[in-house]
Amino acid sequence: MIPDSAQDAERVRFAGTGEIYSLTLLTSPPAGFEDQAPYSLALVRLDEGTLVTAQLTDLSEAPQIGDRVEMVTRRLYSDGDSGAIIYGYKFRPLLRQQ
Amino acid sequence: MRDVFVLGVGQTPVGEWWERSLRDLAADALQAAVTDAGVDLPQALFVANMLAARISNQTQLGALIASHVGWRGLEATTVEAACASGGVAIQAGVRAIASGMLDLVAVCGVEKMTDATSCPVTTALATAADADFESAHGATFVALNALIMRRYMHEHGIAHEAFAPFSLNAHANAVHNPNAMFRRAISMETWRRAPVISDPVNLFDSSPVADGAAALVLGSAEIARASGQPPLRVLASACATDSVDLASRENPIDLYAARQSAQRAYDQAGLGPGDIDVFELHDAFSIMAALSLEAAGFAEAGRATQLAADGEIARQGRIPVCSLGGLKGRGHPVGATGVYEMVDLATQLRGDAGAGQVPGAAIGMAQNIGGTGATVVTHILTADD
Repeated sequence: MIPDSAQDAERVRFAGTGEIYSLTLLTSPPAGFEDQAPYSLALVRLDEGTLVTAQLTDLSEAPQIGDRVEMVTRRLYSDGDSGAIIYGYKFRPLLRQQ
Repeated sequence: MRDVFVLGVGQTPVGEWWERSLRDLAADALQAAVTDAGVDLPQALFVANMLAARISNQTQLGALIASHVGWRGLEATTVEAACASGGVAIQAGVRAIASGMLDLVAVCGVEKMTDATSCPVTTALATAADADFESAHGATFVALNALIMRRYMHEHGIAHEAFAPFSLNAHANAVHNPNAMFRRAISMETWRRAPVISDPVNLFDSSPVADGAAALVLGSAEIARASGQPPLRVLASACATDSVDLASRENPIDLYAARQSAQRAYDQAGLGPGDIDVFELHDAFSIMAALSLEAAGFAEAGRATQLAADGEIARQGRIPVCSLGGLKGRGHPVGATGVYEMVDLATQLRGDAGAGQVPGAAIGMAQNIGGTGATVVTHILTADD
């Protein structure tokens, strides 16, 4: 959702639920992600309409376009042995009852 | 605004140049272009490059290359817009001459990627994605293209195999390009056996990492008259941008910036898609070839693979693309690619393409795409009478 002008912008808290808009399985990771490969990367359409790029996690079966997912906080990557551990959002198959 | 002409072209073969440095490749291409144009010292040099700061630990390529060529004191700078660096550098050169500030300019795209191993190159290429909203989540360039391709297949009900003609066409055309990296045709059987890199993208959907340099000499009408080569007139030079990340786009399977860039180019030239005889599009991935054809008005949304299946993108077809191999067959030295596209276009319009010649090519278009479509530059050239 891109506002027409800065004046129209307002702060919104997303519910954190949505569905898979597109996805891929990544086998050649960039630096910092080697220990996670292979992993699923997705575009998730949040219920509020916004698209988000994020990894899928906690998968027990192969995900599909249209699957319901929810946001969880997970480790994204580590900046080397002595660097910071970066946390952020990933999406897992929806567990919550709607 | 003054008319601008392409007076000379030069290139190194695209490949793995482990024994040649970045500056040597650039110098070879520039010297070839200047000799081809039959001119002496240009007034400025625009270098296109994406990765030297990361892969070669080198910035200031303008100064580095100008001095290496022997053009001491020359005005020179580097232009960066990821894989669209070449197109944007050419536009900078075109503007310098169109404005009347300069009369003779050299543009050189150069990239050296194969000195590094796969992971650092993958990581460096991912800097063209959105660092906060894509790369931080482990996205790579292949993966982002896979996301677009998967959604395109889903929405338009298209099988993966429908993209094969783009790869087969590019490889078949590369056979006739002495500077191409892969001078061999591939069969449908070979395409089917290709390993998947990031599903659905397979090896033949994606262009190869490569080294290479390509150069153009651009000049005013006055310089063109004195030049040895029949000049090619620049009819349009148009750039447009979109969000760097895919998720912020209204429709991730429509290249808005490519559509805008093509439309601006058509408006500048007073032409439409039906006037274009040959189209050097940016097939970094086969999905990008499809989206570029749709954005430039050659196919309706979801119809580009049908155009390819009908043979319309081949040399004898309605809109030949990747006529000398494209990124897929020629190779994709990222920051140099936009210049290679224009060199190939110039080769066609001069009638110098040999067995790869598109018959009767008089007006040609090149579209150079940065990232997953964030920066797009479209040029239209004609063989001036």
